[in-house]
Amino acid sequence: MTSLAPLPPTAVATPIPAPRRASAGGSGTRRRTWTAYAFLAPFLVLFATFVVGPAVFGVWISVTDWSPYKTEQSFIGLQNYIDLVTPGSVFFGDFWQSLGATGIFTVASVPFLLVIPLGVALLLNQKIAGGTVFRAIFFAPFVLGVAVIGVIWKYMLDTQSGMINHLLGLIGLPSDIPWTVDVPWAWVSLVGVTVWWTLGFNAVILLAGLKGINTDLYEAAALDGAGAIRKFWNVTLPGLRPVMLFVSTTTILASANMFGQSYLLTKGGPANQTRTAIMYISDQGLSQNNMAAAAAMSYVLFAFLAIISVINFRLQRDKP
Amino acid sequence: MTTLTPRRVSGPARLRRGALYAALIVVALTIILPLVWIVITSFKTDTDVISNPYSILPNPFSVDAYGTLASGQQPIFRWLLNSLVAATLQTVIVLVTASMGAYALARLEFKGKKFIFGLIIGTLLVPPVIFLIPNYLIVQNLGWLDTLWAVSVPGAAGAFGIFFLRQFFVGLPTEIEEAARIDGAGDIRIFLQIVLPLAKPALSTLAILTFLGNWNDFLWPIYVLLSPENLTLQPGLSQLQGAYSTHFSIVMAGAVIASVPVLVLFSLAQKQIVESVASSGVKG
Repeated sequence: MTSLAPLPPTAVATPIPAPRRASAGGSGTRRRTWTAYAFLAPFLVLFATFVVGPAVFGVWISVTDWSPYKTEQSFIGLQNYIDLVTPGSVFFGDFWQSLGATGIFTVASVPFLLVIPLGVALLLNQKIAGGTVFRAIFFAPFVLGVAVIGVIWKYMLDTQSGMINHLLGLIGLPSDIPWTVDVPWAWVSLVGVTVWWTLGFNAVILLAGLKGINTDLYEAAALDGAGAIRKFWNVTLPGLRPVMLFVSTTTILASANMFGQSYLLTKGGPANQTRTAIMYISDQGLSQNNMAAAAAMSYVLFAFLAIISVINFRLQRDKP
Repeated sequence: MTTLTPRRVSGPARLRRGALYAALIVVALTIILPLVWIVITSFKTDTDVISNPYSILPNPFSVDAYGTLASGQQPIFRWLLNSLVAATLQTVIVLVTASMGAYALARLEFKGKKFIFGLIIGTLLVPPVIFLIPNYLIVQNLGWLDTLWAVSVPGAAGAFGIFFLRQFFVGLPTEIEEAARIDGAGDIRIFLQIVLPLAKPALSTLAILTFLGNWNDFLWPIYVLLSPENLTLQPGLSQLQGAYSTHFSIVMAGAVIASVPVLVLFSLAQKQIVESVASSGVKG
């Protein structure tokens, strides 16, 4: 296995006698550039076709009246964007309702998606038997995928025959809660199911962060007479800050991009109240063929997400 | 509050451990019990589900739901295979293209390097919704709609893989490489025989994250896969739920079939999968 394969002639880096040039970009440099681009070529082809190209193409679509039914598109400037902020236009009400739904879900879910996994990570960070087993169980729902989670909980949360309402009835609570068909219950369900699905994911990242905190700091705090709670505030949380910044950023973005849970559990209802921005944009762009408007909406959403990411980054970085 | 109580190790400490395990077990049961309930329901008959929705034991014990699925109206085993193919294909493409590109970015000096690296970083946090409409049109023009190419290739183009590997390659020691170069080894040999073997942990982490990401993808396949036999598991299950919305046992049997292979894979490689995810935050 360790024998060296015969070398292709182009791979040999021995200097080839070449006429010397005075310029900075001599033959040596150029050859390295060629090699580098040969290594980069497969990635760059994909990157240009499916990332950079579409990002630019999307801007172009958003300033045209693009439609799959027309053979030619005409430039209409910022009209699609202006429509989005003009009350009474076709998309105005629905688009802002969907952005509002995304906002509600993000605000309602992110605290739970950070605090519960942090609690679980703190439990797992104790000296316990079977820690790996618990960790694997907590993580398992994540690997099942959103559709499995969706169909499982659609059944569990069914108003008539769902197990959750049955269990609530057994302990004397209302057993007819419309978990997926009425607000605010639908929001509770969407947040709860998302926590159930992803708590292990955030927990294992936070656990790695906890294990990275220098144990000397805890010993020093203990010498100063700090109890468990003071240690948590003064050692654990500051020590977790870099990991927490990562987890909170990815969690905020994931919540703001929520799609599958609403699609599967509530179908965006009742009356489109849980239809998220992504759900509305994809539906308008790919089902209703309003591609130009949907492209414009996606850039507006992007702008919101960028602002939120920057605020989150600033807040967490600047904490004393 | 500040008075010091004499420390008794055994009593309170044992209580604390008890509470700790109790908390862990409660969380574990919250995860496990719904899954158990799904398995139980999948072995019930339709009438049993309706008349005894909360009975713990199926009466009669029935594999009708699985039989209905196997009869192939909703080709769930085909979806499973499609998901496996798509996720594997995407993982292979990412590993090959990202590792090659990352080698150039980490180890070679060339014109345009700063620009390309800047572009990669710039697109790291761009939300996928931006690419939805234009990539749909691109995939359509390539003739890839309703094929597994559509759910494998575009998603492999993201900046995360090359960025992640570049960071890892930069941290690798260069002594062995320099020695190999003096011995006359070229870039291809250094890449294949020195850098890649050293990067095995990073490569397997990237492979796991890519595979899981593709497996979980839902929005994109819903729109680019159309025929029932071309669906992947996630949109397929969603369709199954629509087709059998009142037949809970069939939908739950579908959920079981969709879960068993991944749970088996997960239990075999759980340590590595969990640690891959865990490390994404510490390094990120």
